[in-house]
Amino acid sequence: MFSRRLFLKSSAVAMFGAGAAPAWLSRALYAADAPSPRKKILVAIFQRGAMDGLNVVVPHGEKAYYALRPNLAIPRPDGTPDSVIDLDGFFGLHPSLAPLKPIYDAGQLGIVQAVGSPDPTRSHFDAQDFMESGTPGEKTTSDGWLNRALVEERKPSPVRAVSLGPELPHALRGHNEAVAIDSLNSFKVGDARGASAFEAMYGDTHDQVLKGTGREAFDAVKRVQAVEKSPYTPAGGAKYPNGKLGQNLMQIARLIKANVGLEVAFTDVTGWDHHVNEVGAKPTVGQLANLLNDFGQSLAAFYTDLGDRMADVSVVTMSEFGRTAKENGTRGTDHGHANVMFAMGGGIKGGKVYGDWPGMEREQLYESRDLNLTTDFRDVLGELVVRHLGNRQIASVFPGYSQPKFRDLIG
Amino acid sequence: MRKFFNIAILSCGAAILFNDAILPADQESPQFTKPITGDQAVLHALGRLTFGPRPGDVEKVKEMGLNRWIDLQLHPDRIPRDPELAARTQSLEDSPAPAALAQRPRTPLSPRQANALRRATAEEDMFMLSRLPENEEVQVLAAMPLIRQRVIAMLTPELQAKVRAAARGPLVDAVKTNGKQAGQKLAQAKFYRALESDRQLEEVLTDFWFNHFNVDAGKGADRILTAAYERDVIRPHVLGHFRDLLEATANSPAMMFYLDNWQSVSPDAAVNRNRPKQAGRGLNENYARELMELHTLGVDGGYTQKDVTEVARCFTGWSVQTPRLNGPFVYRDAVHDKGEKIVLGVRIPAGGGKSDGERVLDILARHPSTARHISRELAQRFVADDPPQPLVDRMAKTFRDTDGDIRAVLATMFNSPEFFSEGAYRAKLKTPFEMMVSAMRATGAAVDNSAALAQRIATLGEPLYRKVEPTGYSNAGEDWINSAALVERMNFAMDLTANRVEGVKVDDSKFSADPAQAARELLFTNASQQTLDAIGAQSDPAVVAGMLLGSPDFQRR
Repeated sequence: MFSRRLFLKSSAVAMFGAGAAPAWLSRALYAADAPSPRKKILVAIFQRGAMDGLNVVVPHGEKAYYALRPNLAIPRPDGTPDSVIDLDGFFGLHPSLAPLKPIYDAGQLGIVQAVGSPDPTRSHFDAQDFMESGTPGEKTTSDGWLNRALVEERKPSPVRAVSLGPELPHALRGHNEAVAIDSLNSFKVGDARGASAFEAMYGDTHDQVLKGTGREAFDAVKRVQAVEKSPYTPAGGAKYPNGKLGQNLMQIARLIKANVGLEVAFTDVTGWDHHVNEVGAKPTVGQLANLLNDFGQSLAAFYTDLGDRMADVSVVTMSEFGRTAKENGTRGTDHGHANVMFAMGGGIKGGKVYGDWPGMEREQLYESRDLNLTTDFRDVLGELVVRHLGNRQIASVFPGYSQPKFRDLIG
Repeated sequence: MRKFFNIAILSCGAAILFNDAILPADQESPQFTKPITGDQAVLHALGRLTFGPRPGDVEKVKEMGLNRWIDLQLHPDRIPRDPELAARTQSLEDSPAPAALAQRPRTPLSPRQANALRRATAEEDMFMLSRLPENEEVQVLAAMPLIRQRVIAMLTPELQAKVRAAARGPLVDAVKTNGKQAGQKLAQAKFYRALESDRQLEEVLTDFWFNHFNVDAGKGADRILTAAYERDVIRPHVLGHFRDLLEATANSPAMMFYLDNWQSVSPDAAVNRNRPKQAGRGLNENYARELMELHTLGVDGGYTQKDVTEVARCFTGWSVQTPRLNGPFVYRDAVHDKGEKIVLGVRIPAGGGKSDGERVLDILARHPSTARHISRELAQRFVADDPPQPLVDRMAKTFRDTDGDIRAVLATMFNSPEFFSEGAYRAKLKTPFEMMVSAMRATGAAVDNSAALAQRIATLGEPLYRKVEPTGYSNAGEDWINSAALVERMNFAMDLTANRVEGVKVDDSKFSADPAQAARELLFTNASQQTLDAIGAQSDPAVVAGMLLGSPDFQRR
């Protein structure tokens, strides 16, 4: 039987080993005996377009990496601004992810390499769909893993499951309440007479699709507008980038701190499909570097802003598949297979790159061209669902995958 | 089960033997066999073939006869063009950047001099360039990117800056300014056309086919290439033969740029040996994959990774002359892969040129998976999110029998009992664009300026011309419904009838204060009791109208 108290203490020990412990930790340790009224929160970030994981968490100890990518490889770590930031002597971060290094060093950022979906598809659409439904190869799953990860409740918060953006992603669809919110301040019916009439109409309509969404929308609007009344300043001097990802994470942080009952949140960031000119004149410029810059700063700002509250929060990132091990003919990479995932939070045993490294020699590659898979993405998500959210019904969250092999990112 | 059956038949290459008649009749949901007739059928057809009825449309269609009206919409050339609309949209749909074209940097050198520069080493180039006056040296380097890259590091910082500015010059600026506006201007024109054109089906189909062959007007050169793409590539073929439409997209700079094919070259093409800068250039699979997955066969259409690579080889050299200057499309034989290819089991012999890609288009356009994929997409758009399979099969048969005649496939669909059935009636939730346009058509709104509309639609979840992914937007209505988008639909409805949308004017004196009567005027049928109850004793006509347009009743077509 899994003990929450035990995992807090063991992750604490790991963190003391790694350097300075954050302020929340000692308080969390003292508080561990008292029952926590606060729910755990899981934030999922989808990097749409298939991020090139090999240039994000770089296997700089792998000779074949440099042989396969004469124009794209990030130079081995040498302390200069355009070389890999070493993590463990074999892997290192892309230099534009420098803001994540202190979190890794503090033991709250874990990385899984060679992870992904076992389904062989190289279609963005199918692969994203499979990763969101949580059922690779199964196209008829209409709900998503993040919705199923919620435990049935008698009186659930109307904002227990939120996606930041104008669409409700497949990952959050399902029978538990889940709402899409484009931005907190615009999320309301501006005309007061309209608001009450629409609430009644959508509450009573026989149109089942619109009735469900309508009711959820109005419940959520009330809760969000209560939060939105007071102005917001991120804590700890956190500076969120102006891009969509940063702004969405800031609003998620805001909902978390307002204690509105948020349990799972989702946001996505597009633009990772770098078939052409992935890397600019040097590694820290160009399309991939720009996205990583924004990505690293956004996550770091979220971490700083939440401060102590990170004890309750885990952030996990995913992208539908990786990219070809070898660069293509246009200074980019084509659709590949395995990728990399990040997990950040107070409960994460960070400071480590998880997963078995499959190697990049030709015979080690998937279909002789892509990084092979050694961890199923459901192993990572499943562990977060069970050990972080405390939902042990793994077989219903990931149907057909009842025996995941947890990587022990937690506990 | 049925799906599996089809794939199994397809994979043994006998799809042509597939006969709809062998399908047991009970495979059709009973809802799709109950007919709708009379005013209901007219309203239904208006909801599917147009962007929503205007006041008086139901009567006009009845007067003409429903079948005649549908046939007329299938032949837009028989409907007179509206000169006012044409004048309104023309400047918005003009391809930008002719000014930039005129200012394109030109080298003052003779071709022989330029060649000498190309063949020389960096040091030799420097020597030759130093013989020119400085302004000419800058001009040469601005116009010749290869030489520029070769020598730029050897120039003084001041000269480097001058060269870079001259090279970037008006071109990038033109792309940037036009870029900000390009998608926006097109979106404005799209609103005008959907609101005002009498060739409504043509507009609905242009929306459908643009989305099927999606490009993103926010990506690089597509900021200036998208206008011509919709005007010259998509629109002329929306009711033509699928093969022609497919070929037009494959030959368009907008598509070649969007899916990166313009840079895809044979890894061992001769040109690479003479241009060290391009060594290492090679294949890019992006277009080849989406061509099969999205444009033709469908993701389960029976192709492999090997086919993707082979198709990519066939399309090497299909490129764009100068992407940032409105194209045009160019085929570069020198970088084409001349080897033998095998695509979906068909051998394409070595030594071919542009014909390799054309052969691929032939194979794909005539493949039975394509007939089925396109038919299903159309039925999903026009009939129901999960369209009845027997209908899709009959449409696919028409597609095969007519060599992909889109008009004939549509006629099969519009003449089917499934189309005029209870299963189809009000089965489709409107897209954000459909919702906004139908609300303005129903209210007879006068749109002086659609700029605010073009901005606003993003908050309902459908930024026009800005779908980043090649999948385009979903054809399934239910995918558009979520809390954020729904709230914004209500806000738009209330703002529209209260005249709070900039550039749009509704005449609220025309609205009835009685909700039941107002419903018949705006919904063209009775509102549900729940909607009327919620409106209650509200008596401000503009408010009543807004509530009706934001109601669940109005979100379906």
